[in-house]
Amino acid sequence: MSGSFSILEFIQQIINGLTLGSIYALIAIGYTMVYGIIGMINFAHGEIYMISAYIGLLTITALTVQFGIESVPLILLATLFVSIAITSAYGWTIERVAYRPLRSQSRLIPLISAIGMSIFLQNYVQIGQGARDLSMQPLITGGWRFGPDGGFQVYLSYMQVLIATATVIFMTALTLFITRSRLGRACRACSQDLTMTNLLGIDTNRVISLTFVLGAGLAAVAGVLISLYIGKINPFIGFEAGIKAFTAAVLGGIGSIPGAMLGGVVLGLAESFSSAYLRTEYKDVVAFGLLVLVLLFRPTGLLGKPEIEKV
Amino acid sequence: MNTISRNVLSAAVGAIILGLGSLAQAEDTIKIAVAGPITGPVAQYGDMQMIGAKMAVEQINAKGGVNGKKLEAVLMDDVCEPKQAVAVANQIVNQKIKYVVGHLCSGSTQPASKLYEDEGILMITPAATNPAITQQGYKMVFRTIGTDDQQGPTAGKYIAEKIKPKKLAIIHDKQQYGEGIAKEVDKTVKAAGITPVLFEGVNKGQTDFSALITKMKSEGVDFVYYGGYHPELGLLLRQSREQGFDAKYMGPEGVGNKDISAIAGPASEGLLVTLPADFSTDPANADLVKAFKAKNEDPTGPFVMPAYAGVEIIADAIKGAKTEDPAKLAGYIHKNSFQTPIGKVAFKDNGDLKEFQFVIFTWHADATKTPVK
Repeated sequence: MSGSFSILEFIQQIINGLTLGSIYALIAIGYTMVYGIIGMINFAHGEIYMISAYIGLLTITALTVQFGIESVPLILLATLFVSIAITSAYGWTIERVAYRPLRSQSRLIPLISAIGMSIFLQNYVQIGQGARDLSMQPLITGGWRFGPDGGFQVYLSYMQVLIATATVIFMTALTLFITRSRLGRACRACSQDLTMTNLLGIDTNRVISLTFVLGAGLAAVAGVLISLYIGKINPFIGFEAGIKAFTAAVLGGIGSIPGAMLGGVVLGLAESFSSAYLRTEYKDVVAFGLLVLVLLFRPTGLLGKPEIEKV
Repeated sequence: MNTISRNVLSAAVGAIILGLGSLAQAEDTIKIAVAGPITGPVAQYGDMQMIGAKMAVEQINAKGGVNGKKLEAVLMDDVCEPKQAVAVANQIVNQKIKYVVGHLCSGSTQPASKLYEDEGILMITPAATNPAITQQGYKMVFRTIGTDDQQGPTAGKYIAEKIKPKKLAIIHDKQQYGEGIAKEVDKTVKAAGITPVLFEGVNKGQTDFSALITKMKSEGVDFVYYGGYHPELGLLLRQSREQGFDAKYMGPEGVGNKDISAIAGPASEGLLVTLPADFSTDPANADLVKAFKAKNEDPTGPFVMPAYAGVEIIADAIKGAKTEDPAKLAGYIHKNSFQTPIGKVAFKDNGDLKEFQFVIFTWHADATKTPVK
């Protein structure tokens, strides 16, 4: 479709894809961690992200309109803090209410419970906040332009840089936490053998709760970033984002944290490039076709190792 | 077990009582279902339809109703989804309502219209503009708005004759309404010798358009026609300006409401929109506009007056034909003309208006619009 190949356009598409991929990756972590530890797909995770986007948007509006705060970094930090705190509480509660009582049941039962939770949360937000789109004008505008005057210029917005930076920071923090801290070690132990870990005197219920809280916290970061970047949300955004992030998690190897990061980025780039060099209609076809191909040739995903180490 | 059967019993009794209640009511009111999106991303347009229809019901009742009976508007929410629209249509059939003003989105109107035709229910849509809806050979289906094969050429001609873009892109949302109108625009500009460099579809509900925008920017596109609704176009506009892509945008009446300015902000300034003429500026409607203002409702939305007209035509037909039988009313509506807030209207055999005018407006960042001259 496009005429001559332009290196600047190519760079721009990489930027577009990485931004999208960062968001997918942040949400995908929540899927992958829960799967890694209790072997369950938390289908309500997309809704957690949606709720955090609402909390983000409402907090930002309250801070700017109600309290008249103008400092962008202050608003950003406060919003992230509020959103992570509330969303993590949601993550913890959902596990407590919908999954823990079903822990000893067969795997299918919590899965149904998760789908039910997802529908409940969608409707709960719809009743509380209305089914209509909420929108907000961008808080952070502007960016850098590179390239010849008058020709095609690569545009890197501050918001995109913020998304990439936030993703790297939170991913690094998570990786350090999992590999270096005592609780992280407990997480890894749980993912290897839950019963044995329990026998060794580790409160596995606490570790599982922690997993949900961490996953929800990262989804909250994604939610706040998306309400800043896109600026339009409704109670149904969790579904699509959830499906995409779940795809990213499976693509990278479900259960593997670096896999979820890689999967998100690959998915974002795939969508961006297929939209750019094929047709926009094909972006989901390519993204999901890629998933099928990867699963055919590497059933455990790009970085997944079959049943050895899952966190 | 005992409690369950008791609950079932009480539910059944309740249903019987409720059923009797609605039967008793059916005697003295004429029910008109008003079906459209009350919730969901395009509920804005549903509002326009609902306030128009409700106002018509109120005013007709204030003048004594129809043949001594009062009209009653029954609001139904189809969320603008085809599946939900069929469920709503079934509900209307089951409640034995004989007249429908709706639906709103073309995608939900089409499947619902089949049920109405089969069940002999009279349907007047004040908003669905896809030509296919009246090409099914139906007798019970009418509309009080123009069609995309009028709106598309209006937009296409304007693009070809006034804008004369160097590189035109046409984007749509792959829905019946959006893609339909985009194809009409495509046909018209091609006939005028302009071949769009891009004709592509985005997903309904898509939020990130950066890849598409980059592509248009690098192609050097200077004018974009978007077939679809405001939630997607709003983001497309906003992200275009953010990326430094300055092409002018144009869209159909599905993008023309104040939410587009809420989403796109300053980026919505200068957007071109084809809309039905603003009937609220017609001097003949001055009293009606006052009545809307008195209720703090906005009469300028594109579907307000067509919805009002829909209810009025049903009421006038019942009066004129002296029957409540929908099939006979449909015959009466085909043969006669009606005085409504959208002018004196008459219908073609397929249920379309004989005449309807679309006008091009420039949209402003403060959600107001001015006609393009």
